[in-house]
Amino acid sequence: MTDALPAAFAEIADDFHALGGKDRLQLLLEFSQSLPALPERYAEHPELLEPVPECQSPIFLITEVDGTGRDATARLFFSAPPEAPTTRGFASILAEALDGRTVGEVLDTPEAVTGELGLAEVVSPLRLNGMAGMLVRIKRQIRAKAAL
Amino acid sequence: MTVPVDPTPALQEYAHPEKLVTTQWLADTLGAAGSGNLVVVESDEDVLLYETGHIPGSVKIDWHLDLNDQVTRDYVDGEGFAKLMDASGITRETTVVVYGDKSNWWAAYALWVFELFGHPDVRLLDGGRAAWQAEGRELTTSTDAVPAATSGYPVIEREDAPIRAFREDVLDFLGGQLVDVRSPQEFSGERTHMPDYPQEGTVRGGHIPSARSVPWARAAAEDGRFKSRTDLEAIYQGELGFDTSAPVIAYCRIGERSAHTWFALTYLLGFENVRNYDGSWTEWGNAVRLPIAVGTEPGEVPTR
Repeated sequence: MTDALPAAFAEIADDFHALGGKDRLQLLLEFSQSLPALPERYAEHPELLEPVPECQSPIFLITEVDGTGRDATARLFFSAPPEAPTTRGFASILAEALDGRTVGEVLDTPEAVTGELGLAEVVSPLRLNGMAGMLVRIKRQIRAKAAL
Repeated sequence: MTVPVDPTPALQEYAHPEKLVTTQWLADTLGAAGSGNLVVVESDEDVLLYETGHIPGSVKIDWHLDLNDQVTRDYVDGEGFAKLMDASGITRETTVVVYGDKSNWWAAYALWVFELFGHPDVRLLDGGRAAWQAEGRELTTSTDAVPAATSGYPVIEREDAPIRAFREDVLDFLGGQLVDVRSPQEFSGERTHMPDYPQEGTVRGGHIPSARSVPWARAAAEDGRFKSRTDLEAIYQGELGFDTSAPVIAYCRIGERSAHTWFALTYLLGFENVRNYDGSWTEWGNAVRLPIAVGTEPGEVPTR
């Protein structure tokens, strides 16, 4: 199943699938702890970030595109409070997989990817909707910013 | 009851003070040698929060993964619940104290499910996780103190009728003491979908005709603890004019926030018959042939 995933996600999916339920949660927790802090230009201007209401917990995101077209580089930034570790974990996975990739790679990411990471059993499919919501918003912003 | 109730004076004004414990009482009780047959349960919206640090010795019970049946949209059955209790080190004699995030809204939901199985002694930690944390009390990532699994929790047939309402019950209840505890925007049916954005899963916006709007969080103070009895009475008896001896049905989107209101009405104010409609708006708003009302007013009961 995981070999059909985009390269960006395949490695992460393999890591999760190699673990049992409790350890998958621990790995998600590690992701949540490694979510990069917002760069200063956004930390001081939270109003620039877009909320993701599909998540039950507050999360905000913003993207940047360096250049135009599919070959431009996409940057992703997230903000979520420490009391929302699951949401932070989702954001951190998306950041690790997609931050710094080309616009084309981000846009080609199938939305179903969030369901292929082996997380549904440990966090529930309903909660995973939040991650899909983030991905939809990321792609929407990136498409507009790359002028595609 | 194997563990004495919390005698804190502030709790005694409530109708059933034995259903609440304070953070101080819990800390003292956990610290005391031989605290008796007590198990602390953490139940959160965020499924990872327990792993970031929890009250020493507490066990995690997740409403979605542990309390819901994975096939039918329903709660686990008696066997499933017994299995969960055994794994959690809880016997029928155990005093259970539940706490959680978001002013205990998921904790209240878990407590409500415990009561569907008639667990004799289950209490809520007033203020939940946030209050415990704000007071700088101990949280740990260690699971060393987690109770060992037990065996023999009886297989109890779930008794839904006294505290759980189904859509047919609600349809017959229109015009009664029906309370919608969602946000005002959800109540009025005002929605803000932008193109390309995922839907939330409900086809129609609005509320059940004749329902009154009292967002659940109005029962909570800023620190996440319940408001005083006087303040609560001012809302439910005063503002809504609800009568404690007449039946109430509460609902929200999937029944979790309304479990918080169910707890406040039943145990803090002493309403005699409160049911939680857990099908709530995700069922009612989507169901064929069910009437809705839109706007800020409760709306008329349709003639059938």
